[in-house]
Amino acid sequence: MEFLLQIINGLQIGSIYALVSLGYTMVYGIAQLINFAHGDIIMVGAYISLFSIPVFSRMGLPVWLTIAPAIVICVLLGMLTERVAYRPLRNSPRISNLITAIGVSLLLENLFMKLFTPNTRAFPKVFNQAPLSFGGLHLNYGTIVTIFLTIILSVGLQYFMKKTKYGKAMMATSEDYGAAKLVGINVDNTIQLTFAIGSGLAAIASVLYVSAYPQVQPLMGSMLGIKAFIAAVLGGIGILPGAVLGGFILGIVESLTRAYLSSQLADAFVFAILIIVLLVKPTGILGKNIREKV
Amino acid sequence: MDKTKKWSYLLTFILVTILFFALTGLINARIISRYQSSIMILICINIILAVSLNITVGCLGQITIGHAGFMSVGAYAAALFSKAGFVDGLPGYILALIVGGIIAGIIGIIIGIPALRLNGDYLAIITLAFGEIIRVLIEYFDFTGGAQGLRGIPRFNNFSIIYIIMVACVMMMYSLMTSRHGRAILSIRDDEIASGASGVNTTYYKTFAFTVSAVFAGIAGGIYGHNLGILGARQFDFNYSINILVMVVLGGMGSFTGSIISAIVLTILPEVLREFSDYRMIVYSLLLILTMIFRPTGLLGRKEFQISKLVNKFILKKKEGTNE
Repeated sequence: MEFLLQIINGLQIGSIYALVSLGYTMVYGIAQLINFAHGDIIMVGAYISLFSIPVFSRMGLPVWLTIAPAIVICVLLGMLTERVAYRPLRNSPRISNLITAIGVSLLLENLFMKLFTPNTRAFPKVFNQAPLSFGGLHLNYGTIVTIFLTIILSVGLQYFMKKTKYGKAMMATSEDYGAAKLVGINVDNTIQLTFAIGSGLAAIASVLYVSAYPQVQPLMGSMLGIKAFIAAVLGGIGILPGAVLGGFILGIVESLTRAYLSSQLADAFVFAILIIVLLVKPTGILGKNIREKV
Repeated sequence: MDKTKKWSYLLTFILVTILFFALTGLINARIISRYQSSIMILICINIILAVSLNITVGCLGQITIGHAGFMSVGAYAAALFSKAGFVDGLPGYILALIVGGIIAGIIGIIIGIPALRLNGDYLAIITLAFGEIIRVLIEYFDFTGGAQGLRGIPRFNNFSIIYIIMVACVMMMYSLMTSRHGRAILSIRDDEIASGASGVNTTYYKTFAFTVSAVFAGIAGGIYGHNLGILGARQFDFNYSINILVMVVLGGMGSFTGSIISAIVLTILPEVLREFSDYRMIVYSLLLILTMIFRPTGLLGRKEFQISKLVNKFILKKKEGTNE
């Protein structure tokens, strides 16, 4: 029973990694950029919902609705960073893009540290419902919501990519940037939409994250972001189901390590998995080998 | 070696020596305070770090963001060696730095061989991951002092000797990068596939550059540890790696003098602007973004600043005119 509980805990944190890594994988697929600032978008989302909860409760609205302002602001922020920082560098070497992304991440972290102090703030309960029991297994409401919401969102995203005009435009752009432009796809808008969707998912992830770990601080996003990126690499970067799979694997491994081996070494294990996967199959679990064109 | 090169080296050597005697003279005459000389030691450490990171980032063209990890390995190895007390005094110190450099280099090879099979962004992430693993392991084991840190390291903060070590390190790295091996590394930066096709063993040279970078980061770490007398794994976090990266990027990726100048400026600036220290990282991050957008090659780009060129330009101007 204890083991099952750990697995479910792992699925919960894994769902959050999965949601965040969907954003990573989409942005990487389309712009060939590790958006280091993606993790910090989660931090911004958490702060937005922290500050909007008192307003919501005064108006008598349920706490979980705080997800709405978080999504709106994070989407705008994602689009803004794309427009200001990444678009001018579209045709620059990848090293410049990477450094810019690190710069944006540091800027967000230190700006929030200056604005709201580096102190950790407690987050109020998002889901007040009583735990549900299944034959002696007590599950938090938040856990179930997190896991199911992740599955619904990732299936929905997959559908969006495969069936809609915008999704197809995204796939085409990630396949070949120049060719997509030639067939009349507005590449700038498509990339911006990718950032918007990724940031929106990150905002949802942020509220789900603080429902599990009810505290907010300016550096909370960096490690979460790195782990989500690892999840994306694990599943095969650029592949949506891969990101979800990677997220779940990472979450379960982390949860089991914490429970049975050492909570101190959990992060080291997560990174070790990344290294092993990259060594054995650099393209990730679901990745296909692509030969480099000269 | 052609004549202009010889003359340039000689001039640089003379200037470095003059600077050495001027600085030690000022310290002995107590015109430079203890505080100021401690900042000068910090500058020396940062110069070694920036120049060594420049080898991977600027010359090899691969971005690593775990440089502080190598520094911490070197710092701990050197500190543990000194604490064991095999050799005392200055020889012990030098030996400790060499041990720190070698251990960091070994870790560099261990990390480099698998990591360098990947390029670009993956390498960045994997070095970040290794940096974190190193930090977690240092805190986990007991012989490193665990989370409390390592105390009682024999202190060594003689500026003149650290200055000489710094000059020696920079000289070694510079001569390495201008040698045949260095040119092989530069060719990988410019086009890995083409350089491989023309007979450069790219895997070997990538690992080689990465290892050299790690060795010197380890030496810098050794100086750092002995300078403070106390070490903690948390000092060598992601932000420290980023600090070094900012130095390299601002100075110009691939320019040794650029790295040195920006290491000096970026070490002094926070000390001068202490009251704005809260804003330092905000300014750093903005600087990074703006540099990448408006001057992606950094201040000096890949150019080297040479005094001899300046001298040539002003003194030998007339001569040139008659010759041509």
